[in-house]
Parts: sequence; structure tokens; C-alpha cells
Amino acid sequence: MYLYQVVKRRQLAPAIVLFEVEAPRVAAKVKAGQFVIVRMDEKSERIPLTVMDFNRERGTITIVIQDVGYSSCMINNMREGSSFLDFVGPLGVPSDIENYGTVVCMGGGLGIAPIYPIARALREAGNHVISILGARTADLLILREEMEAVSDEVVIVTDDGSLGTKGYHSTGLDQILAQGHKVQVIWAIGPMVMMRAVANYTKTLGIKTIVSMNPIMVDGTGMCGACRVKVGEETKFACVDGPEFDGHLVDFELAMQRLAFYKDEENRAKAHGACGQEGGH
Amino acid sequence: MALKIPRHDMPCQDPAVRAHNFDEVALGYTEEMAVEEAKRCLQCKKPTCRSGCPVEVLIPDFIKQVAEGDFLAAAVTLKEKNSLPAVCGRVCPQESQCESQCILGKKGEPVAIGRLERFVADYEIKFGESHAEKPAPTGKKVAIIGGGPSGLACAGDLAKAGHGVTVFEALHVAGGVLMYGIPQFRLPKEIVQTEINNLKKMGVEIRTDEVVGKITSVDELMASGYDAVFIGTGAGLPYFMGIPGENLLGVYSANEFLTRTNLMKGYKFPEYATPIKVGKKVAVLGAGNVAMDGARTSLRLGAEEVSIVYRRSREEMPARAEEAHHAEEEGINFRLLTNPVALHGDEKGWVKSMTCLRYELGEPDASGRRSPVPIPGSEFELEVDTVVVAIGQGPNPLVTKSTPGLELNRRGNIVADPETLATSKRGVFAGGDIVTGAATVILAMGAGKKAAASIDEYLKNKN
Repeated sequence: MYLYQVVKRRQLAPAIVLFEVEAPRVAAKVKAGQFVIVRMDEKSERIPLTVMDFNRERGTITIVIQDVGYSSCMINNMREGSSFLDFVGPLGVPSDIENYGTVVCMGGGLGIAPIYPIARALREAGNHVISILGARTADLLILREEMEAVSDEVVIVTDDGSLGTKGYHSTGLDQILAQGHKVQVIWAIGPMVMMRAVANYTKTLGIKTIVSMNPIMVDGTGMCGACRVKVGEETKFACVDGPEFDGHLVDFELAMQRLAFYKDEENRAKAHGACGQEGGH
Repeated sequence: MALKIPRHDMPCQDPAVRAHNFDEVALGYTEEMAVEEAKRCLQCKKPTCRSGCPVEVLIPDFIKQVAEGDFLAAAVTLKEKNSLPAVCGRVCPQESQCESQCILGKKGEPVAIGRLERFVADYEIKFGESHAEKPAPTGKKVAIIGGGPSGLACAGDLAKAGHGVTVFEALHVAGGVLMYGIPQFRLPKEIVQTEINNLKKMGVEIRTDEVVGKITSVDELMASGYDAVFIGTGAGLPYFMGIPGENLLGVYSANEFLTRTNLMKGYKFPEYATPIKVGKKVAVLGAGNVAMDGARTSLRLGAEEVSIVYRRSREEMPARAEEAHHAEEEGINFRLLTNPVALHGDEKGWVKSMTCLRYELGEPDASGRRSPVPIPGSEFELEVDTVVVAIGQGPNPLVTKSTPGLELNRRGNIVADPETLATSKRGVFAGGDIVTGAATVILAMGAGKKAAASIDEYLKNKN
């Protein structure tokens, strides 16, 4: 049995925390686009988290988590030196990395974390990488320096204009296209509404767009179908067939409905649990 | 004279009470009941019961020890052939195995072999000292992929033979379907873990959270020093009906429904953080043991009306008679010769009804079962707010897809020699549901033991 110890904790924004976790066997195999499933302690849920970074020499995996409910709140309170009980991965299909030419990597909110290793891998494969980072407001924009280090160009957009251009990812894309860039493919990761808006827009532009779905998961190995998504006419399991899919084929309305399935229970868990104490063990 | 003692019934929780709790339904024999029941055994010179047991437990021998009151000795006898007797005594379909071959069954009721096995195993868990003797190590190493019944049985026998055994399990606990599938009220998880701990005491290493096919592969295991590999990854891929509306909210695969409840202890939400949601009117599609488990679990989670919806008739139901009987006692409806053709949702995407057709039975099909034929114009609406799809499972392809050179059949099951369980890949053996398709716990255990014997043989000839 391994000890999945937190070796680094860094607060990135209010409610958003980065953890570097010792998991050498996962770190040896993981590729951009894959995810892990973590369980903090005996009574915790299994939660899927897309990998933000990995260091094969140090044997660590970096994840970024936002406090949106009881379980994520408990994890966010973990300190350096405490451990996850379970840390399973790498799971899912890696991103399809090749030299496409010019690619755009869009990260929205917490979605900037999972776009990071994809941007890095695309750049290493010889692409001209333009990143569009978006957040509601300036203090929620995370990992800017890291993204600048793996991108040829970075465009920042905020809903309220408190940083970069006021507007959405589509605003940023318009800017890039206006400069005459020929964009071959777009990766867009963020909240479901952001991915839907981007996919709807790029469909009209005819630019291939890949999104990373974040449905409810339990096992993450294809044995239950909790994570099913409708892609074109087919039902797919995001944990084994994805998490990345062609954004122009994904049924986002259904995905959003399914994501809200346990809203009442999530509120009950939060009311019942005493989050605020130190988590982990 | 033995015939004059009536077979002892199993003491059970009252159906009206148990339908609302997750405590074990069957309470087990007392010492007195066990001794009396054991005395019914005629101690046949040629015990036919043994041939009905897939792992050939020394049935008359252990029963004799029970009759003499030497319960711990009986446990030793049992474990000679069966590594998980507390599990098998609970979940084996004895009526079609050992007990179906009992000579007493010809004129009356067979000896309650399963209940006695359970009694002995439980007695040992309570009062016994684990006497796991460690055999002389052979220096050979075997990797077992999948910690379900076949893998655990294989691991137990290989450890007894002195081989170094590592079990690779994808979930956070070993046990497979014993942990995530079969509910607490039929098989308490503490019992499964006690039996697994006994395997660990014998030297079996269990590595959880390791998804073979992702974190490592069969070829990498062989290259890293394992002398043989056993694949026991089961049938964990849920089938859906393929009808409109199956992605509506409230529609679960039985695997998801049972995993949330059993493995994640969703029935103790919010003490345990994994939620499970069940409405007032539940339809469980299918009529196997998994469907019965899904239906009985729904009741215990607070559903008011639970129906088994099955397109054939009672006679063709694949579930054990005892399970169907327990379900009926607890108030489950059986809507037979009925099948949904579409699910409908409300404006928020919640399932609210199913359009069903009525069926009649036609000619026997290739499998000998009479095939269900829809009655034209028989459509009707059934109001539901939760649907559990329990129509079967296929082989999960994570391991097979990542193993070049492994021969599979059309359905994606591994092709293995029926005698040796050797696959098309040298040194790689496979057994249980990944070979046969979804079957029973004890058949999987039997396959695990068979594979262990041929792996042992293979290792003796390998330098």
C-alpha cells in the first residue's frame, strides 16, 4: 500500500488549491489529458480530477481542486504532509498530440489547470500554441505564469474586464483570427457552459474543437456508466472513451442535466459535514 | 433414522422489518441447530454431494466434525478446498450444486450443506485462531489481475503451494463483486474482508488502486519478473437496453446503483459521502440475481413500489429461487412478460415513465428457452421515477485491449483451454467471468482453483 502524501500545497485563488502528490507509479505512466480518481479517507467519495502536471523524476502528480462542495472542501483543507487514502490512475485516453500547426488552448476558470499539460505537450510536438485564459474576474485567473511558459502567445479574457480583454473565450478567439492566424484545432476545457459556448461558436467557424468532459464518475474504469455522455448518436463512457470528445458532437444540455443529478444530496452533505477542519490523515 | 430429523430452516429477519434495513437477512444456525442438521448426513461411502461442488469440498468429512461438535476442526477441513467458505456458504446456489446431489434429497430434503458451511466459517471467524501456516517459498512469482472470486481463489491456492502471489486490484478494496455487487444484507462486507485478511496472512500481497491496462500491462508484469499471470477481471461492463431515454436522470446501471450502495456505503449517506438517489416508484429491468439485489436494495433505500420488469415468465427467470422468494416476501412486484421500449422524462430530464409492451412466449430458441414475442398493440405506460438496468454485463476490455497476442472470442471474452485455463499467450492463464461471461461466484472460484493447479504445474516445468 502506498502513501499518497501531499508534498506541496499552494493556494492559487480563493477556494482553488494546487496539490503536488507523491504517486510514483501514476507519475511514471501518465500523459496529458488523463485523470486520476482520489479518495481522501475511508468515508470519502471517489472524485475524478484531471491531471495538471506530473514529474516523473520526483514521482509526483499535481492536481488543482476548487471548493464546490463537501468533498472538495475537505480536500482543499489538506496540509502538506497529510495523505490521500486512494489515488488511482492514470485513467482515460490521453490527448491526441501531434504537430497540427497552430493550435489554440482555451482554459476557463479551474479548466486552466488541465489545459496546461496539453499546451505543453502540443508545444513540445512543434505546434504554435496560442492560449486563451478566461475567468470571471482577475483574482480567479490561475496559473498565468505557467501557461505563459508553455505558450507562444497568451490572450487573457475576463467577464468583467478586470484583467485582459473584457469578454469571453470567443472574444479572444476573434482577436487571434483577426491577426490572421490559421487555427487548425482548438482544445477547450472549463465549465460546461463555457465549453458549450465555445463549441457552438467554433462550429460556425468550422474549426475542430476538442473538449474535456467532467461528468459524475464512480469507479473511472468503465464498470458503471455513471459518466455516460451522448456524442453524436452514440452513448460513450467518459472515463474510458474520453474524457476528451469532439465538442461539435457532444450533447451539452444532457451533460449539464446529468451533472446536477445530486444537487440536493450535495447540499445535505455540506450541511451534515464539518468541513473547515483539517482533512487527510 | 436421519430422515426423521427435519431439515432445519434458516432463521431469518422478519420480511416486514428487514425490508427497511441493511442488516443480514439470514441469521445463521445456532450451535444446536448445526449439530442436529449435521446429524442428518448419512456419511455416504461415495458422497455424490462432492461432485456437485465446483471446488469439491470434503463435505461428509466436515459435516461429521460438526456433528461431533468440533467446529474448528471442521473449518480446517473446509479450508482445504475452499479459501472463502463464509462467502460460499452464503451466496452459492446450493440447490443446483452440492445439495442437488445429496441422497436425502431424493425422498425428502437434502442436508443443508451451505448453511453448515456458513455456520462453520462464521464460527471460525468468531472463535478461531488463524492458523495460516506459511509454506516453503518456491521463489516463483505470480501476478493475479483482478481481486474478485476467481483471483482470490487462485491466489489462495498458489500461496499454499509456496509461490509469491501479488493481486492487482483496480478498486480501492479487493473482493470484486463480493464487495461492490452483492448487497450487505446478503453478504456482510466485514465477512469478505476477514476472509481476504486470511489470504494476506498466508502471504498474498494485495495491491489496490492499480488498474492493469493503465498503470501497467500484462507484458510489463511478465518482463518485471512474474513467472506467470492469471487474468480474472470478470464481467464488469454494464449493458444498457439501447432504447430511447436511457440517459435520463434516475436511470442507473445495476453496477452503478449497487457500487454506490455497497462499495461506497451510500446507504449510510451522509455519514459516508457518496450519495445514492432512489425515488418512490422503481423499475428494475431484468430478472437475474443482480436484478433481485437491485430491487431489494431499492426498497431498503426507501422506495415505495418496486417492480421487477422481465420479458419472459417466472419459469425462465435466471435468479435463484431463494432470492426471488425473499424479494417477493419483502413486497417486490413481478411484472412478467413485460418489457420497456422507451423511457420518457420531465422538463428537467428526470425519468417519469416507461412505454412497455406485453409479451407472450413463443418457440424455444437456440438456448432452449422459449423466446419472448411482443404482442402487437399491447403498449401501456408505467409510471416510474427510478430505473435500474440489470440486463447483464460483458467483459471489461481494459486488460484485454492492452494485451497483444491474447485470443478473444466474438464477445470479447478471453479464449482459454477448458482443462488448463491457459490462454493463447504463454504463461498467461484466465478464468471466471472474463472467460465464461457473467456466471456465479462459485464457478469463478472453481476456475481460479483450476488455474492455480495448472499454473503450479507450469511453474514446476519452468526453470
